Amino acid sequence: MNLFRKLTGAIALLASIATLGAAETVKVGVLHSLSGTMAISETSLRDILLFTFDEINANGGVLGKKIEPVVVDGASDWPTFAEKAEQLLAQDKVAATFGCWTSVSRKFVLPVYEKYNGLLFYPVQYEGEEMSPNIFYTAEAVNQQAIPAVDYLLKEGYKKFYLIGTDYVYPQTTNLVLFEYLQSKGIPVENIGGGLRKDASGQVISAGKYTPFSHSDYQQIVAEIKAFAASGDACVINTVNGDSNVSLFKEIAASGLTADDCPIVSYSLSEDEFRSLPTKDLVGHLGCWTYFQSLDTPANKKFVKNFMTWLKTAPAGVQREGRVTCSPMVLSYNGVYLWKAAVEKAGTFDVDKVLAELRKGISFDGPGGTVTSQENHHLTKNVYIGETLEDGQFEILESFDNVYGEPFLKGTFK
Amino acid sequence: MKAFESNLEYKAFLTIAVVLVFCIPILNAVVPEGSFLHVSSFQLSLWGKYITYAVLAMSLNFLWGYTGLLCLCQSLFFALGAYAFGMYLMLHVGVDSVYNTALPDFMDFQGYTELPVYWAPFENGGFALLAAMIVPGMVAFIFGYLAFSSRIKGVYFSILTQALTYALMLLFFKNNLELFGQSFILFGGNNGLTDFKEIFGSKVDAQSTQIALFVASSVLMLGVYLLIAWLLTTKFGKVQQAIRDSENRVRFSGYSTTSYKLLIFVGSAMIAGMAGALYVPQVGGINANEMTPAKSLDVVVWVALGGRGTKFGPILGAIVVSMIKSYTTRAYPDSWLIILGLIFVLVVLFMPNGLIGLPDQLKPVFERFRKRSIAKGDVTENRA
Repeated sequence: MNLFRKLTGAIALLASIATLGAAETVKVGVLHSLSGTMAISETSLRDILLFTFDEINANGGVLGKKIEPVVVDGASDWPTFAEKAEQLLAQDKVAATFGCWTSVSRKFVLPVYEKYNGLLFYPVQYEGEEMSPNIFYTAEAVNQQAIPAVDYLLKEGYKKFYLIGTDYVYPQTTNLVLFEYLQSKGIPVENIGGGLRKDASGQVISAGKYTPFSHSDYQQIVAEIKAFAASGDACVINTVNGDSNVSLFKEIAASGLTADDCPIVSYSLSEDEFRSLPTKDLVGHLGCWTYFQSLDTPANKKFVKNFMTWLKTAPAGVQREGRVTCSPMVLSYNGVYLWKAAVEKAGTFDVDKVLAELRKGISFDGPGGTVTSQENHHLTKNVYIGETLEDGQFEILESFDNVYGEPFLKGTFK
Repeated sequence: MKAFESNLEYKAFLTIAVVLVFCIPILNAVVPEGSFLHVSSFQLSLWGKYITYAVLAMSLNFLWGYTGLLCLCQSLFFALGAYAFGMYLMLHVGVDSVYNTALPDFMDFQGYTELPVYWAPFENGGFALLAAMIVPGMVAFIFGYLAFSSRIKGVYFSILTQALTYALMLLFFKNNLELFGQSFILFGGNNGLTDFKEIFGSKVDAQSTQIALFVASSVLMLGVYLLIAWLLTTKFGKVQQAIRDSENRVRFSGYSTTSYKLLIFVGSAMIAGMAGALYVPQVGGINANEMTPAKSLDVVVWVALGGRGTKFGPILGAIVVSMIKSYTTRAYPDSWLIILGLIFVLVVLFMPNGLIGLPDQLKPVFERFRKRSIAKGDVTENRA
């Protein structure tokens, strides 16, 4: 009997410690694919988020509470993403979620966040045309990546633009916006390459050349690009996704086209992609992001150093060797700090109040420069144009400061 | 009832029916939140999804377990049903606030201003539900007619079905189809159909809608169970199982096995399509990813794990595997694939009849154990 009393006493004590501990943490969801085709990209975002939480926790947490990450695996499967989002919101009652990479995963979880009035931070460049009241898009909008890159090329004197991409909504929408933008800058339609498709009434519904996911045969397309670039003032806008880029650039190199003849600016290749793609054929071609690891600022140097130090003691499952930082990672990092600032300003984790603070405009000095949240759930940020180097890094050629993120662009350039 | 083999099966069926159709909805709607008996709407939609998976597994079992046709495109039929009903849902999302159009967003992005003719009938919910059965049925009929009348059997049939789902997946991933110099908008490409708002006039995420969808899924599952159980007792079912065991003998006995197989194939595709139609509003979207060959292999695993050629095995397999997946992707996000893979290997190695066969498999072991302990008991009694 005595033993029984002691036991219950011990259990009660343990339980009270557990609830005390629980009161001092705040649950935050991490919703990325850790398996399947997207794992290669999204695992890096999981890693940077864990690093950010550790960094914040070491400095006292958010509103005095330590962040307790709830990591789930979306498994590159969209119904699973929707299920995990609902689990995070309904069971774990997370204060905010950081996650998603592909547009389709975001489209699948969007209704869930709206139903439970949750808060999702989305960190990867996307096509725009969306503004959910429950999603904050730290991602690059089309005018923070595609348009500055075209401005740069126009300034450099290029007059012909060839559009090529993988056949899904991000390249399709980006190229349609660029098609309108280039015409508004006085580029005639015949100087926009890749082909146009029109509907029955003759209206252009799609601009550019499209290949399926994982396409590998670019011989014919590269021959077309070569003919297009014969005049010497042409460039290529590349929204091809993933491993298809290896075949595309191999074919380009084999055809004898160099970055001097016809530069290619890619929107889906960052430092992190070069961990698994050979850079040999890409040297000299361009990239455009709101952050590069090579940025020579004290804030960035400190960020990269801290991340590399953290990796040495990172939890199991995090790859430690050969790591780099890239724009989606930094936009995830910025998202967490913006959320922290908004929570502290609001004095509560309540989603409506946090969002209200974010809409009023909160600035954070991130590794890529200052970012400021906007009324329309996007961020004002700096945009950089870089040239690919042999080691998979970029040499920064040009920067555009404080570009306002605008998700709805279609039909705005006339 | 004639469909049931034993009184036990009859009672179990009734119990499950009462639990699914009455108890769970009541626990969701009436029992207050916070009570430990309360079933949350998250659990409700999750179980609704599991049940549609169970119907999908039953449809494959009808084909594979009872007719011997290993079809590797069952998820294709499921996805076609989901797309058909998803098109109805997509046409009832209301007017877009930015561009002021009632068209699905992907059509608007692509610059379409009018609804294409082949989309128009799907504005009618009844038509869409019918199409969710008819379209998979038609695909199965055309494919099955060609395959069975050329006497394609066994592994060759399986490979062809896999090619079929792959081909249609590539088509559904496309945004536009170029035909005769014109371009036709398809079904949302990679983004698929998402962000539904209304279903038959009520809000898609309302509690009453969720309960209705759950009950509808349960009724479908119970109905399909009864149908299959009844068919097995008829002459049709006997011929079906005879085809599985020796098709040549059945054909030489004067039965047109081609017609039987075609009918079963079409029927199983239609059941999968109905499950898909109920799946899409509960999950909130559909895209061509559901047509990847791996998804159809999942269904094969559910059936094999639960117990092929048994009435209840596929249901058990689909639900157990889905539950384990739901739990482990949250609890062990880094290693859940290994855990799940290990379970599959162990079941295949040590449980040839699947989970459902486990009690029978354990019976001899248990008997031997009991006999030995009785024998021991006798000895001690004698001593006393």
